[in-house]
Amino acid sequence: MKMQLIQPFISAADSILAHALDGPTKIGDLSMEEDGYRPKGFSAQIAIRGEIEGRVILDMDSVTAARVAGALAGYEIDESEQVVRETLCELANMMIGNAVTLLNDRGYQFKVHPPEVHRSEELVRGTADTEALAIYFDTPCGRVFVNISMHYNVSHRPERDAILR
Amino acid sequence: MKPFTPLTRKQDSQPVRYLIVDDSVFARKSLAKMIDTFGGDVAGEAGDGCTAITEYARTKPDIVLMDITMPQMEGIEAVERIVRQHPDARIVMVSSVGYQDNILAALQKGARHFVQKPVKPEVLYEIIRYVLNDDEAVAAPAGVGEARS
Repeated sequence: MKMQLIQPFISAADSILAHALDGPTKIGDLSMEEDGYRPKGFSAQIAIRGEIEGRVILDMDSVTAARVAGALAGYEIDESEQVVRETLCELANMMIGNAVTLLNDRGYQFKVHPPEVHRSEELVRGTADTEALAIYFDTPCGRVFVNISMHYNVSHRPERDAILR
Repeated sequence: MKPFTPLTRKQDSQPVRYLIVDDSVFARKSLAKMIDTFGGDVAGEAGDGCTAITEYARTKPDIVLMDITMPQMEGIEAVERIVRQHPDARIVMVSSVGYQDNILAALQKGARHFVQKPVKPEVLYEIIRYVLNDDEAVAAPAGVGEARS
């Protein structure tokens, strides 16, 4: 696990949540997970492929998701799945977009796949060689979980080394 | 969202007209709300670059707010095509992805400015004022148009 690949996502999540929800956020405990991740309800999963690879999961329970959707929309929203999905997708896009901007400007080349939103509590398995960092943010709307698993793609190492030289 | 001094077109004192291009319905609604607080009108919306081109020709907006990553045709290609057909088009890129390469590409294709999501209303307001320039738009005197917000 390379913290230089993880930190941009933590910073972006903190900044986007505080800005979008217009209130203070508090970063909770960090932990490392090797056995996969079990989402809390609504989750947006984003895959990254290229010189650096991995996936990021933005996750929250349905009550928090509805509150977040309401905060972003500026009016109260019930747990209507489509609106909540749309909101979660946009929140994930903003978070990932801000993080990958930093990584891209550092010279990494990769592709970010569109978020896939799931409403499930089924285990998301990690890959054999990658552990994930799990973190949560206490926000005015409730607890938001972020699970990040990133690594260098060894097949791109020569290009990466050339960039760093 | 706080109201802003309404921006109007200098030539006819009418509200500035916007075309919003974003594949996210949520993002379009959010931008439309901001435009309302700026005293503007939403002339049209599009969810991809292809639709943006036809909507631009149909609505002839004063400002286009254009996302970059979209299905079918991405924002940067749409900018190039719109500017080729309408050299005076004023397009502001609005994207969560702010790579230097992306920003440069958009500006080279004819976009006038770039703002990264999440968009702060006060930042977007100042960018729109800048892009429209004082020749095209003026902030109406305080009190004018406040009923809109």
